[in-house]
Amino acid sequence: MAIEVRIPTILRTYTDGAKAVKADGATLSDLFGDLESRHPGLKERIVDDAGLRRFVNVYLNDEDVRFLGGLDTPVSDGDTVTVLPAVAGGRR
Amino acid sequence: MLTISRELVDRVIAHAWADHPDEACGVIAGPVGSDRPERFVAMENAERSPTFYRFDSMEQFRVWREMDDRDEEPVVIYHSHTSTEAYPSRTDVSYASEPNAHYVLVSTADADAVQVRSFRIVDGVVTEEEVTIV
Repeated sequence: MAIEVRIPTILRTYTDGAKAVKADGATLSDLFGDLESRHPGLKERIVDDAGLRRFVNVYLNDEDVRFLGGLDTPVSDGDTVTVLPAVAGGRR
Repeated sequence: MLTISRELVDRVIAHAWADHPDEACGVIAGPVGSDRPERFVAMENAERSPTFYRFDSMEQFRVWREMDDRDEEPVVIYHSHTSTEAYPSRTDVSYASEPNAHYVLVSTADADAVQVRSFRIVDGVVTEEEVTIV
């Protein structure tokens, strides 16, 4: 079983420059755990103790996982997970 | 150095005025590795705020995928400051996440002196760069 995880430019230092990597898991949480075992340091750039980091967007296929089940969202073989840092800022 | 056409600069400024006093934001895509901003994409500021901007997550997903399909990257990421100068704020620096992008800021704080400036923001370090308009 394999799920493709698309990695943004800024996190490719953890994947030897790869734009996409494979990982396994029944839920997104499992998937990020598996990803961490293959690419140490990556997970903490995506999640923290409270869940998904506020300024990181994670998509399962075409949906923002915040509108699905967050880290508990089930994933299955053939799915694509995309990680994108939010583009944000402001005057303050 | 950022080299950009007058037409694109004018579109960034026009977008900033259209959304003023809220912050406006968007990207200008270009071929991967070219460093040439070519395709203007105005984005919605999901925050609709005069002090903060954030790309709508689903719009960002569509635009990023479209760039991927076209072998493009975000050469320019722009946003406006509507009451302060065109210089990256602490917030801008902490959320900067595209190390290859030119971060273009436009200030509409003074209608008689609209500023457009460009910066690199890498690992929390801001470096201003020259803007050449062609």
